[in-house]
Amino acid sequence: MKASEHEMQKKIYSQMVARIKPKPPLVRNVTGAFFFGGAICTLGQALWNFYISVGLAKDDASAAAAATLIFVAAILTGLGVYDSIAKYAGAGTIVPITGFANSIVAPALEYRREGMVFGVGQRMFTIAGPVLAYGFVSAWIVGLMTYLFE
Amino acid sequence: MDYLKAFIVGGGICVIGQLLMDLTSYRVTPAHILVGFVTGGVALSALGLYQPLVDFAGAGATVPLPGFGHLLAQGAVRGVRENGLLGAFAGGVEAAATGIAAAIIFGYLVAAVFTPRGE
Repeated sequence: MKASEHEMQKKIYSQMVARIKPKPPLVRNVTGAFFFGGAICTLGQALWNFYISVGLAKDDASAAAAATLIFVAAILTGLGVYDSIAKYAGAGTIVPITGFANSIVAPALEYRREGMVFGVGQRMFTIAGPVLAYGFVSAWIVGLMTYLFE
Repeated sequence: MDYLKAFIVGGGICVIGQLLMDLTSYRVTPAHILVGFVTGGVALSALGLYQPLVDFAGAGATVPLPGFGHLLAQGAVRGVRENGLLGAFAGGVEAAATGIAAAIIFGYLVAAVFTPRGE
């Protein structure tokens, strides 16, 4: 087969693939992400206001609200509810801090039969590990830049 | 009013994540979204762009993962101002410690106590 003919076939093939592969239902996904993501943040705001009203400082109240959301998300993941919501919410349940909690509980629970150390202890960091590594390193670089140039 | 702002900005940040997942290569997984959003939050925070969003939208900006990155970055900056170079190591982790510890502690306890589905 000549090279140009081969290229042509590859092009036709990729057009065929693009035509028949399932398209993500974008509008539905985006709507779900917006409403569920927005709702989780609104709940976070309610918790934040509540913790301020009982006398916590602004930053402490924010941390307490985050910890509460994490607690609720961990329990809901354990009950299998969080992943059911995620089917409709997509990134709306991944991007908020609750998604971070979900990313710890879900693999830890799934691999528990591999033991409490290599199952739970190790797998809980499957996604949280990379998140913490990139977060720590990039924040350290910001601190270093501040030290050097300020 | 602060609830509406939290809803719209928080929902909007999640929409960006959804678009990244749906419109890019299948290689972009939720793990990449989480890592990208935390690192992106650190970068936006360093450029001074994230604090205005927190002032405007409250939990709408702090609850999504870029808010976690913002916490780490601002902690590192504050650490350096108070303690010099040592603060670059401790500051970020200190600022984000409650969230990190809560996620690890509650995550571990739930995984240890609850029954995996399908068993």
